[in-house]
Amino acid sequence: MSEQAATPAPAAAARPTDKGESLLLRHVAAFFESPLAVIGLAGLVVLVILALAASFIAPQNPYDLAQLDIMDGTLPPGSESLAGYTYWLGTDEQGRDLLSAILYGLRISLGVGAISVVIACAVGASVGVIAAYAGGRIDNFVMRVVDLQLSFPAILVALVLLAVFGRGVDKVIIALVIVQWAYYARTVRGSALVERRRDYIEAARCLALPKNRIVFRHLLPNCLPPLIVVATVQVAHAIALESTLSFLGVGVPVTEPSLGMLIAKGYDYLLSGKYWISTFPGIALVAAIVAINLVGDRLRDVLNPRLSR
Amino acid sequence: MSQPVLSVRDLVVEFSAREGVLTAVNGVSFDVHAGEVLGLVGESGSGKSVTGLAVLGLIDAPGRIASGAILLNGEDLTKKSEAELRRLRGRNIAMIFQDPMTTLNPVLRVDTQMIEAIRAHEKVSERAARDRARDALAKVGIPSPEERLVSYPHQFSGGMRQRVAIAIALLHRPAVLVADEPTTALDVTIQAQILSEVQQLAAESGTALVWITHDLSVVAGLADRVAVMYAGRIVEEGHVADVLERPAHPYTNGLIGSVPSRNKRGEPLAQIPGMTPSLASLPPGCAFAPRCPRADAVCKNPPGVTHAGDARAFRCFHPLIPVEAAA
Amino acid sequence: MLVYVIRRLGQAALVLAVMATLVFIAVYAVGDPVAILASPQADQQELEAITQRLGLDRPLYEQYGLFVWNALHGDLGRSFVYNEPALTLILNRLPATLELALTALVIAVFIGIPLGLYAGLKPQSLGGHSIMAGSILGFSLPNFWQGLMLVLLFSVMLGWFPAGGRGTTRELLGVPVSFLTLDGLSHLILPALNLALYKMALVIRLTRAGTREVMLQDYIRFARAKGLSQSRVIGVHVLKNILIPVVTVLGLELGSMIAFAVVTETVFAYPGIGKLLIDSIGRLDRPVIVAYLMLTVVMFVIINLIVDLIYAAIDPRVRLEEAKA
Repeated sequence: MSEQAATPAPAAAARPTDKGESLLLRHVAAFFESPLAVIGLAGLVVLVILALAASFIAPQNPYDLAQLDIMDGTLPPGSESLAGYTYWLGTDEQGRDLLSAILYGLRISLGVGAISVVIACAVGASVGVIAAYAGGRIDNFVMRVVDLQLSFPAILVALVLLAVFGRGVDKVIIALVIVQWAYYARTVRGSALVERRRDYIEAARCLALPKNRIVFRHLLPNCLPPLIVVATVQVAHAIALESTLSFLGVGVPVTEPSLGMLIAKGYDYLLSGKYWISTFPGIALVAAIVAINLVGDRLRDVLNPRLSR
Repeated sequence: MSQPVLSVRDLVVEFSAREGVLTAVNGVSFDVHAGEVLGLVGESGSGKSVTGLAVLGLIDAPGRIASGAILLNGEDLTKKSEAELRRLRGRNIAMIFQDPMTTLNPVLRVDTQMIEAIRAHEKVSERAARDRARDALAKVGIPSPEERLVSYPHQFSGGMRQRVAIAIALLHRPAVLVADEPTTALDVTIQAQILSEVQQLAAESGTALVWITHDLSVVAGLADRVAVMYAGRIVEEGHVADVLERPAHPYTNGLIGSVPSRNKRGEPLAQIPGMTPSLASLPPGCAFAPRCPRADAVCKNPPGVTHAGDARAFRCFHPLIPVEAAA
Repeated sequence: MLVYVIRRLGQAALVLAVMATLVFIAVYAVGDPVAILASPQADQQELEAITQRLGLDRPLYEQYGLFVWNALHGDLGRSFVYNEPALTLILNRLPATLELALTALVIAVFIGIPLGLYAGLKPQSLGGHSIMAGSILGFSLPNFWQGLMLVLLFSVMLGWFPAGGRGTTRELLGVPVSFLTLDGLSHLILPALNLALYKMALVIRLTRAGTREVMLQDYIRFARAKGLSQSRVIGVHVLKNILIPVVTVLGLELGSMIAFAVVTETVFAYPGIGKLLIDSIGRLDRPVIVAYLMLTVVMFVIINLIVDLIYAAIDPRVRLEEAKA
């Protein structure tokens, strides 16, 4: 498996647990060598701040019906509102300021993506490292399940799950966790199999440390670099998947619209030339995904000595 | 003596790298005559393989032939277009490579790879090309060639694959065959068989051989003349017997000394101190000076070529042989 | 080879059995199958009829047997909305989706491989960089939004192609296809392109990486030393080596294309099985969802099987390994 081979030993001194700040600093320095990655990171930071601060900086609260005026419906970008301020990105059919809706939507999209990745990562990594440590039948069985699941496209599995669960932010997160955990399990197992044969694990065993301590305190931390790379890329996938599911009408509910749902709502107006309702949330979505992918690409180069050479 | 088939004049090959321009081959000149075997000897990184590729016009970016001439029967290959070079490659001048496991395309059958080589240069029918391919396989000692034609490379052993490669290289009876360490990756017994077969086949077709190797014992048994390369330059050249018995350059001497069979049992194996220098940081003057027991202040200057008698030449201020014959 | 085929068939059957069991557990054991398989408006009498038909009064293993028996006979329930067998409904829509996916695959291959080859042969050129930048963008664009933008650009603003539907179809060997009529073709182009772009980005990356790797191999040097023309070296020696990974990945991706057709069909209102699935989810037409699921599983297993067999046919080394194993 490629992940296995892709986790070679840097010099023994460079093992992350032996760390020292120097290694971390070196990685950070290496990361900032790539201008594209810096642009991606800067963009991502801006987007996250915008999303977190949405309720303070958005011109209006798009879900407070009292602030909406149906007379302002589907105004093109730059129009003046009846109340006198400018809708820079236009309005949707309910007279909602699109800029505000995008900021709020961004918060939901990024939040769902990040939370689902954190949970999936925890679940997948635990399963993977245990499978690698236990070996034998357990390992075999887990990997069969992983292979089976990964042979079906994530979108299909998530769609079916949500068709059974129904809509809801929590349900979307559960579905995203279920479709993603297998990637982490496979990645962690791959690097854990390599790490397991190393001397320091042998040493920990000789000291008769408890198994769960060896697995979670010694083995797992050393499998982190590839995990971080996969997790970063998966955040982008999770965001794209969530927006797709919401677009298809099985994702988040109408009361908590993510970017995908905003785009879906604009779909009906697209054919009559009212392009902005779908276009601008889409641009925000693409910006987030591209920024994360740029960061992820660079992380892969930095954390994977074999590839960066 | 007649005109040489292949004459390389002051060849310079450069590679542009992050560290700047690296000169992999720096002013190399040598001649090879029809039916003659020239051994091109050196450690890895000495520029011997690059020289071989340059002769075929196979130097790819970021490398390039910066200056010099490669004369094949008097025609300068460095001045030819890619299309003209293509017509010469495989027909007038051929090459075989070190690792027989990788020289044949793993996903194409042997007959495909042989027939395309024939039809690249001659307008013959598929049928006729196939017959020739079969005969060529038989000639290099491959049993039941008819059946082997429809095999894939992975169905052959290493030695057999190298035989196939040799058969392909000699399909058009080229004037020159450049062999880049073709026996290094093989077992010793197979190595000996292949050496003698190539020698015989080359002699039959009058092909001049440029045999690139790091192994002096191969050269001793095979070559007529030998050229020793170090850090992109030929440091010594001459008839095999002369060079091996009376080396002029300390580097040649060191190479000979480190051949195991020439060392006495029980004594530590002689070796050249230090390492092959990186092309990025060559010392000024003689590149071998930092490792040389005879080096002194003079060696900070680049040594010129000293000619000493019958086709003998070397680049050294302090040769191991008397230089009264020097011209 | 025969042994290999038989063994792969066995594995495929095993996967099918496992998946069928999972669907059974999801629908029958965990949930209330009557609730899942009956229309929400069904009255008590209908519910009892369904209970009867599914044998829910019998022990679980008998239910399982009945489920498998029915599934093997193509009985996956009836759609409440269309009042037709769910399987028939899906099979009627299947040709449209297959046509869409295959057209997209053809576009991805015939544009992606040449672009990837070019980018691999001239990685430092302007063209090479542009192709790679384009493929990175292709990876990052969410498929549904990309589809909307295609509609906006080519249908709304330029008016070149219709925004949705399938257009006029014509029968080919008894199957309605749209690529034989001009109208059908113009309806097919945008959705197929939308479906193809992501895969094209993938093909470009694979081809480029493969080309760069293969170009460094000794056998390419040897092929050139034989005096072969550039076109022969690239067209035969390079291409045949990179086709192996590309074909494998693409074959596996055919399944994901059928899955992703859900998105494209929704955007372009294209009447395939993906649109049917989304409509069925919206209308809680559960038998259709279950039938779609079972059919997709079968399709995936078959596709994986075919890819493995093609792979074995292209790469002589696989056959050898399998023969040894």
